[in-house]
Amino acid sequence: MNLLLFSLFREKKRRRIEELAQSQKKAVDGGNEDSQDWDGRWNHVKKFLERSGPFTHPDFEPSTESLQFLLESCKILVIGAGGLGCELLKNLALSGFRKIHIVDMDTIDVSNLNRQFLFRPKDVGRPKADVAADFINSRVPGCNVVPHFKKIQVFDESFYRQFHIIVCGLDSIIARRWINGMLMSLLIYEGGVLDTSTIIPLIDGGTEGFKGNARVVLPGMTACIDCTLELYPPQINFPMCTIATMPRLPEHCIEYVHILQWPKEKPFGDGVALDGDDPQHIQWVFQRSQERAAQFNITGVTYRLTQGVVKRIIPAVASTNAVIAAACASEVFKIASSTYIPLNNYLVFNDVDGLYTYTFEAERKENCSACSQVPHDLQFPSSAKLQDVLDYLIESTALQMKSPAITATMEGKNKTLYLQTVASIEERTRPNLCRTLKELGLTDGQELAVADVTTPQTVLFRLNYTS
Amino acid sequence: MAQSAAGKSNKEQKYDRQLRLWGDHGQEALENAHVCLINATATGTEILKNLVLPGIGAFTIVDGHKVTGEDVGNNFFLSISSIGKNRAQAATELLQELNSDVSGNFVEESPDKLLDNDPEFFHRFSLVIGVQLIESTCLRLAGVLWNAGVPFLVCKTYGLVGYMRLAVKEHTVVESHPDNALEDLRLDQPFAELKNHIQSYDLDNMDKKDHSHTPWIIVVAKYLEKWYNEHNYQLPKNYKEKEAFRQLIREGILKNENGVAEDEENFEEAIKNVNTALNPTKIPSTVQDILNAEGWKNITAQTPAFWVMARAVKEFVENEGEGKLPVRGTIPDMIADSEKFINLQNVYREKAMQDASVVSKHVESLLQSVGKVCVYKSKKKCKNAAFLRVVRCRSLADECSVELVNKDEITSCMDNPDSEMVLYLMLRSVDRFFQQHSRYPGVYNYQVEEDIGKLKLCVNSLLQEYGLNVNVKDDYIHEFCRYGANAIKMITHQFVPFNNTFIYNAMSQTSATFQL
Repeated sequence: MNLLLFSLFREKKRRRIEELAQSQKKAVDGGNEDSQDWDGRWNHVKKFLERSGPFTHPDFEPSTESLQFLLESCKILVIGAGGLGCELLKNLALSGFRKIHIVDMDTIDVSNLNRQFLFRPKDVGRPKADVAADFINSRVPGCNVVPHFKKIQVFDESFYRQFHIIVCGLDSIIARRWINGMLMSLLIYEGGVLDTSTIIPLIDGGTEGFKGNARVVLPGMTACIDCTLELYPPQINFPMCTIATMPRLPEHCIEYVHILQWPKEKPFGDGVALDGDDPQHIQWVFQRSQERAAQFNITGVTYRLTQGVVKRIIPAVASTNAVIAAACASEVFKIASSTYIPLNNYLVFNDVDGLYTYTFEAERKENCSACSQVPHDLQFPSSAKLQDVLDYLIESTALQMKSPAITATMEGKNKTLYLQTVASIEERTRPNLCRTLKELGLTDGQELAVADVTTPQTVLFRLNYTS
Repeated sequence: MAQSAAGKSNKEQKYDRQLRLWGDHGQEALENAHVCLINATATGTEILKNLVLPGIGAFTIVDGHKVTGEDVGNNFFLSISSIGKNRAQAATELLQELNSDVSGNFVEESPDKLLDNDPEFFHRFSLVIGVQLIESTCLRLAGVLWNAGVPFLVCKTYGLVGYMRLAVKEHTVVESHPDNALEDLRLDQPFAELKNHIQSYDLDNMDKKDHSHTPWIIVVAKYLEKWYNEHNYQLPKNYKEKEAFRQLIREGILKNENGVAEDEENFEEAIKNVNTALNPTKIPSTVQDILNAEGWKNITAQTPAFWVMARAVKEFVENEGEGKLPVRGTIPDMIADSEKFINLQNVYREKAMQDASVVSKHVESLLQSVGKVCVYKSKKKCKNAAFLRVVRCRSLADECSVELVNKDEITSCMDNPDSEMVLYLMLRSVDRFFQQHSRYPGVYNYQVEEDIGKLKLCVNSLLQEYGLNVNVKDDYIHEFCRYGANAIKMITHQFVPFNNTFIYNAMSQTSATFQL
């Protein structure tokens, strides 16, 4: 995998360096005269780029132009300006990357301040991307971080295609799968062969308390995010009957108030949803949870637990983010500079007991719904109901879709069989859920196209009747 | 801590995400700590950042160097305007700015000078972190800190290699927060109250709803009684017997009028948990070691709280506990109706509280015998009795002494010539190089070639001096000429620190821990 990647990357780099030479920019030792560099500024980076070594990538050639590429051409996208994002920006900026874009749809909260060190109490309420960019640009002269206070889904291929490498510090598996799918959609196959110049490497980091992981994804070549969905622990959802009639833990009491009592009593008005960041809302839930707990002699309901359950809070600390971001940034540097062979391809970190890391090569899944190019098979009897197919798409550990919309091409026309996300269409197509696949006119071998928040492209499935 | 939203302080809000990891008491320990960093390099300030953000009480940077352009290039906590200024002062400003709760100080002095003039300066710290120290300074400082009982964390980064060494005589951990701890259910030796509670159930004469909502712990206990009657009061021991026991439980699942088994999830849970539920109750070896520790057999007025508690727990084990630790008091969630679950949970909880108060009495009488009054709470330690840990890291002096060097560990790791151990040997050799040449190998491009040879000499002399019959590949020597350079756990006494050397290889993204 590595040799192909590096030849493609070095091609991109070589072309760009030629452009630079043609535009007659001077290469002064340490950087550009206009770029606010000072003596010795990039010494730490130059030792890697300008000297040969026994462990470097076989294709690596030391040169002074590599530093120029980093400083002037290499474009990096950082997704997420939170715990990992802040660390990533710092690490990338100090490593010489200057053309950095950052995307984050959130604003700053007080509880971010214990680790998201680009933010201060006065910044609470402002967009994370904006504040992070301002801080880095002023602390690291010459660095030009461009912020985007937006959801990743509002950008299309033309935006993502401009980057050499994309690094993620996300807190959502759905978002990870989305960007994964986006990078898959950029791949071009000619005659069944992948055009490697369309690959944009994805470095993905994740943390939770004292645990974290970092991985390198080369779309179309290595295991992708969806190939290893089973690695993610399932979200804890308490069974409804426990919550409704048989609570045993303080968490059950809280979820009762959150899921059942709030929608019924609408304490802050009609249509006002529970906002986990609103202390008044949490206070309301907390008090009612205590009441419910008292009914069943359950102890342990606290304000902190209440907020934790409602917001599904994951504990977080600065050091884990620092470690994982450092690993990710090293990989970005290695790939951009071709100095060392990058991580192949998954690193796990845990410092609950001592310090533990484990590195392994996650394998591609043959029939991965995101990267395998092969339509996924759906095996069902013709008497199965559409609801059964919907359930499978959601519950299968390999797919884990959230609210899939199913369409089929029938008689030359696109027919929406079921769609949840638009109320009027949901109502119209709901009766289809109870109909059998045969009744719906679907034939054996029929292709179904499924759209879902977990991917920017529709996923193709082939229906195989078992009876 | 205040419960309502209005009472939730700004600090509680700010630290919320970390309080969920180490609790208010852990945070308190952090806020009472004063850490010393020696050398405000990029590594050093990075470490401090991760202590300042969560709210360490205070830090002091000791650094005699002036800020250079190269420093500013790789250190986020130095700016161009700091070039020429003292590095300790410059870094303190930008680190202090991260968190107004923290008090930052600096000393514009080299550690060697301080060791010459005022070694007791270092006694006031909860932890000293030494970064990029040359070997001689490092060993001197290590000696002072070892004798003063101050934990010392040595860190070095060199190119893509990271190194950490923890040196502390003894570090005690009450809350180790193990990831996959076994439950303390006492099914093999039920205490009286548990026995009575189990008796109160009559599985054969319950209505369907109650039968299906009986906690699996009770189910297992009941069937264990049946098993005992037929197997001479012996627990199911091997796979075959456990299978038979599971089958016994399975046969207890209610059947409908057609003889088909009903859906009883609690029975399924019982069957699933047979493997671990029948583990004999015993004291983990790590805890045995603590209870039998030689060093603290005699309690005096100076004995630290941890060891007084350990002794009290030991006395409990030998008397009221009948060979067992105090009951932990928690049970996992399980299918059951609220009342049955809460009642069962309370049986365990009340027993745990009882045991804890017995242990407290032992603590009180131990302290009285040396003329002290009990001021600390023992409940937390009782709950965590099975998770107590002690970490003892060898002194640097021992690690570096020719007689006491851990030859076995080094040689056996080097059976694989690419083990991270080779990086350790390289770092030691680089120190030797510095000693001889007053600089690190390969600082300037023209030196790289020649330094490879010189560094190789250092490697060989190191191996010879320690009698290490290992082979260090030339590749590593070359690589090191190319380069031209677990605090929170210590302070909160929660979670277990590494013992005692950690090496990180960013080239391969691998790491290893060695005891040297």
